Amino acid sequence: MASETIAITGTAEIGRPISERLHDWIVTVDHKKLGILYIVYALVFLVIGGIEATIMRIQLIVPHNQFVSPQVFNRMMTMHGTTMIFFMVMPILFGFGTYLIPLMIGARDMAFPRLNAFSFWMTAFGGLLLYFSFIGGNGLYGAGNAPDVGWWAYAPLTSRAFSVGHSTDFWTVALLVSGVGSIGTGVNFIATILCMRCPGMTLGKMPLLAWLNLVVGWMVLFCISPLTAAQIMLCIDRYLGGHFFDTQAGGSAVLWMHFFWIFGHPEVYILVVPAFAFVSEIVPVFSRKPIFGYPIMVAATIGIGFISFSVWAHHMFTVGMSSYGNSFFVFTTAAIAVPTGIKIFNWIGTMWGGKIQFRAPMLFCIGFLFQFLIAGLTGIMLGAAPFNWQLSGSYFVVAHFHYVIVGGILFAVFAAFYYWFPKMSGRTYNEVLAKWHFWLFLIGFHMTFDFMHIPGILGMPRRIYTYEPGRGWEIWNLIVTIGVLFQIAAILIFVCNLLWSLFKGDPAGNDPWDAWTLEWSTTSPPPEYDFATLPAVKSRRPLWDIKHPEDPDWKYE
Amino acid sequence: MRSTGKTRIVVSKIAGIGVLIAGFLLAARLCFGGPADPSQIPSIFKPQSTPADSIFRLSMLVLTITGAIFAVVFSLLVYAISKYRRRGDDDGREPPQVYGSNQVELAWTVIPVLIVLVLFLVTARVIHSIQDAPQPPGAIEVVAIGHQFWWEFRYPALGVVTANELHVPVSNPSHPTPTFMTLISADTDHSFWIPRLAGKTDLIPNKINHMWIDPHDTGLYLGQCAQYCGTQHAKMLLRVYVDSQEQFDQWVQEVKRPAVINSSAEQGRQVFETTACVNCHAISGTVADGRFGPDLTHLMSRDTIASGAAPNTPQLLKLWIQNPNAIKPGSLMPAMQLSEKDLDALTAYLETLR
Repeated sequence: MASETIAITGTAEIGRPISERLHDWIVTVDHKKLGILYIVYALVFLVIGGIEATIMRIQLIVPHNQFVSPQVFNRMMTMHGTTMIFFMVMPILFGFGTYLIPLMIGARDMAFPRLNAFSFWMTAFGGLLLYFSFIGGNGLYGAGNAPDVGWWAYAPLTSRAFSVGHSTDFWTVALLVSGVGSIGTGVNFIATILCMRCPGMTLGKMPLLAWLNLVVGWMVLFCISPLTAAQIMLCIDRYLGGHFFDTQAGGSAVLWMHFFWIFGHPEVYILVVPAFAFVSEIVPVFSRKPIFGYPIMVAATIGIGFISFSVWAHHMFTVGMSSYGNSFFVFTTAAIAVPTGIKIFNWIGTMWGGKIQFRAPMLFCIGFLFQFLIAGLTGIMLGAAPFNWQLSGSYFVVAHFHYVIVGGILFAVFAAFYYWFPKMSGRTYNEVLAKWHFWLFLIGFHMTFDFMHIPGILGMPRRIYTYEPGRGWEIWNLIVTIGVLFQIAAILIFVCNLLWSLFKGDPAGNDPWDAWTLEWSTTSPPPEYDFATLPAVKSRRPLWDIKHPEDPDWKYE
Repeated sequence: MRSTGKTRIVVSKIAGIGVLIAGFLLAARLCFGGPADPSQIPSIFKPQSTPADSIFRLSMLVLTITGAIFAVVFSLLVYAISKYRRRGDDDGREPPQVYGSNQVELAWTVIPVLIVLVLFLVTARVIHSIQDAPQPPGAIEVVAIGHQFWWEFRYPALGVVTANELHVPVSNPSHPTPTFMTLISADTDHSFWIPRLAGKTDLIPNKINHMWIDPHDTGLYLGQCAQYCGTQHAKMLLRVYVDSQEQFDQWVQEVKRPAVINSSAEQGRQVFETTACVNCHAISGTVADGRFGPDLTHLMSRDTIASGAAPNTPQLLKLWIQNPNAIKPGSLMPAMQLSEKDLDALTAYLETLR
């Protein structure tokens, strides 16, 4: 059906000067090229953010270390957090979404291709602006420097009295700019998924990836807006004499916390729901079974989307809310575990009775399942407010959310990377290197983040550039830092594999995984127009129907 | 045959990782010598006060529940990936296509809902018992004020002002003397955290917070600021001395007195009172009444300087006055640029403030 290609004059890459090809990438409105731009951009920031993390871990390897000054450490911690959340994880997930959504719903592009390009470049310029602070941060006279207010930028540390110069402004404006890009992407996801589906693809027949990104699109709209509003208020405070967060003039520090976390917690789900989407596509293919309980998976995702807007103040259990306020947020926080648990059970249900193939994407998905389970359980511990009074602000929390973001989301991103790499590049990756990447990263991850829980339990607060000896923290910090070496080695293998396979990999063919969704029906890489003829589908697994005419899905759905 | 071979490989891999980790632990233990003094480890699992103890008991319940969930789900996961992996003698046919099961899905929705309800009710009870506890008549009242990067402690009923080292009486169950604290901040957000005595509560400018402790045993309890407050957040350390009632009463008597001025340190006193020191520091009974830095009236009654960053010895005190950044880079105390002679005199004067 859609696998044939149409020769269109001018699409041949060979023989064109490199400047022209580069120009193509810059002016492109093609969702596939923009998706890849997002991903490459995010990988660059993964390396930068990783270097910042490594600097912090070297500083903390022994007590009273003097590798960097407290000022530098605080900048590294602020930049690491901001970079990884806003300029690494979010863009890479948007990148996969942008690349995959039209292909999976049988469309030729996003609903708004030019908005798509605008969104990418806003995000990209936001990142550049943030990093320009290293040069321009403190104003023209002293040398510049990066913001050091922490990635939550709690008031009143961000007020002019405590944050002199322009470093905080670079942080504020960078997030404001990239936030505009994110909102554009959210709008585009929603419009594309609601309006651009191919004939026959009702909402109930969409791949789960499309469903989950639809929910993400809505969440982006509702949660980036308060952040953007708060950034504008902060600018007003700093430059126009406003007093929203200026405690010395009667402003409220707690107001900023509310604004930040009503963005911040849904943001966690904006990051993790696309990861769920990858797992929901990859686990069925490598188990050779359809996803278990599709309707309840959709319902659970929508449930997470709603509940995630009612849990924000569980980041604020220690700020002195009333016992009733605390109890309310304990309840909502525990409640969100229910739909999340349903998802984990359904993935296991998908594997149950299948024939599991342990290729690299599946290995990373299993890693995701295992680590996300633990991350969810430490989340339940943190959600019990009194336990949180001990654990919040300690290394236990740092371990918990790295379990979510690295152990969960990043593992799912690597799974997606290996799974769709043949589609995006037209070449297969090296399976041996991919498995080395998996095992080394797994060992490094567990050395770093398993042992990081312990100093938190022993009373070590986060965001400290050094610590006192004799408190039982030394050995754990040493192990945590050693784990980083394994992670660096794994990432190097990943990058080598990526580059080598891009140029030397074997041709992948249209459908290397014997998969079932529409992106595998077109060529690898797909032509600019995605599908020569728009596909028509009758079930959630159109390619299964073609491959098994005797036993098609549409008879059962 | 093949499957046992595979299992053996997996087992040997796991064993290998285990040996690796054990090796690192051993090596690290050798590097750092013996274990730290256990009483100085601020572990949340060694509670010595009612709030910390309630939290500890709740945390054990939560750990049990989450541990059980982990055991169940982890076993299912391991079982699924070992039982349903594709075998070497696979016939290449697709497995039976199962789309879901309403009964099973209902079960794994309802059971978590019940667990959530139990967890919520137990947690809400603990929240109430800690947060809404009434203040008994014998309670000590302390106002703790967070500063960049030190702690100010005031005992309004006792007329005592001190810094960084909080003294409280031990609380006897038959005659409880808990300490009820009012937490405020002079600049940015801070958080008061002594893990063995209570969970943390933030100190937020323009907001008044409360917490209480009733230590069951005398001794020194360590903690530190737990909310990022600026450059030297890391060295905003906290020391709580839990004294017997007699020791506490004696301590109060001593620190209530105005400073005793020793005539031998007259020169140092002049240096103190004629330089910028007095802008920030107070010594009761003298002209110095600055409030930006710690009260120095009984400086020598404290074990540490610079909010716990250094022991209170004459050499370090002198270094601190000469160049605070050498001990605590980013500290808001300026280097005083005194001559060597003035520096010695000033240090000698401060040494008399007992």
